[in-house]
Amino acid sequence: MTPQSTAHVASQDFDVVTAREVSRAFGRRRALNKVSFSAAAGAIVGVLGPNGAGKSTLLGVLSTLLRPTSGSVSYGGADATPAALRSRIGVLGHDLFLYPELTARENLQFFAGLYGVADAAARVAAALQTAGLDARADDLTSAYSRGMRQRVALERALIHSPRLLLLDEPFTGLDDASAAALVERLRGLRTEGRIVILATHDLDLADGLLDQALFLRDGRVLHTATHPERLRATYQGVVGR
Amino acid sequence: MTSREARLTRQHAFEPVKTPSLGAAVWQIVRKDWTVEARSREIAYTTLFFAVSCLLVFAFAIVRDGRAPEGAGEGILWATLTFAGTLALGRTFERERQAETLRALLLAPVPRAAVYLGKLVGVVSLLLALELILAPLVTLLFAAPLLSRPIWLLAILLTGTLGFAAVGTLSAAMLVRARSRDVLLPVLLYPVVVPVLIAGVRGTSAIIAPEFDAAVARFWLALLLAFDAVFVTLALWTFELVMAE
Repeated sequence: MTPQSTAHVASQDFDVVTAREVSRAFGRRRALNKVSFSAAAGAIVGVLGPNGAGKSTLLGVLSTLLRPTSGSVSYGGADATPAALRSRIGVLGHDLFLYPELTARENLQFFAGLYGVADAAARVAAALQTAGLDARADDLTSAYSRGMRQRVALERALIHSPRLLLLDEPFTGLDDASAAALVERLRGLRTEGRIVILATHDLDLADGLLDQALFLRDGRVLHTATHPERLRATYQGVVGR
Repeated sequence: MTSREARLTRQHAFEPVKTPSLGAAVWQIVRKDWTVEARSREIAYTTLFFAVSCLLVFAFAIVRDGRAPEGAGEGILWATLTFAGTLALGRTFERERQAETLRALLLAPVPRAAVYLGKLVGVVSLLLALELILAPLVTLLFAAPLLSRPIWLLAILLTGTLGFAAVGTLSAAMLVRARSRDVLLPVLLYPVVVPVLIAGVRGTSAIIAPEFDAAVARFWLALLLAFDAVFVTLALWTFELVMAE
């Protein structure tokens, strides 16, 4: 039995995400300090910085999982409930959010159900094909390589066709071919009008991909660059390590 | 927004999203938990092994010449359920923590109550399955006629298990990010579920007494129902706060 009833129609879409003076503290440690930026539809924004700069915390706040201690995040000015907003947001975390005891198809079907995706079976089949895993769709994800799990996890984050996609270190553990394929996929998502925000250490892969770069250190935005070029040189100049 | 961005937004105006109802979301989580457990059998096997071991230890300790002290069976049944249930509760959330899938559940556009209720139904169903095995074993080992009034027994076990699991699921969720969660869970859980244990033991005693008094059994059943109503409501009310990072 699969209940198909739906309770709430979240019609509010948004075309811009704006953070205003966002701060977040964990106890006495301030992980984010008055971070402000804006990201519009059809843009890829890179959040760059050393370990502990506040990149994952910023993604956590944007995903609605963490509440800012002060400041605010607005999603196109839409007055939506957190649940409605979450239906427009996809997250690929450093941990991949996959159940190892389930197959790739079952993982995607589960999340499609949680997000109320219409025609879930067809959407899941298409996602598996996009990930190049249709031949192994019924294998447990615990039997997959890191790269294969990463591809399933990206499709999981996209299964409900979110407007805002948040990626935390998406290139970790990928070989060169998989990383290049992911870069192409992100470019495709940009042309679909999504807002892609990714936190990464991999400056070489991010070079030429980003429409906007935020350079963070100790929770502060040190520099913002639009269509940044020579990312590594800029990073070393701004962040300094 | 630039004209290029405006054009893109118009071209790809995303369709309205329909978020699932509370019932549909709960069912998704329960079905997923059952599938995961059917594959790994981790919680079922460890809980069953532990519960049967407990019963055997009690049997060796107190049964003399094939006779158990009067009233021992019902107490041992509930004590065993409490210990084995604590084991199951700890693993339920630990499993979600290991692959950080708990965050994925919290990121879904469903009420947080759906996550709580999904986990609660999973734990209750597992414990009820365990009770199907334990009740005949207790009858056999301690000569307690538990199966003499099966409908009453089912009612007492169901309401008692729900009360225990309602508090236990909330406690396990509260401790999911705590370093000493395995130690803290019983410390947090047992003082709160003492009324469930007392009502469960006394209610079970009432239904297996040679002279059955329906009024006494109804009193303990009503107490369990009241406990369930209070703690399920309290848990639904506080779960959002408990899960906040």
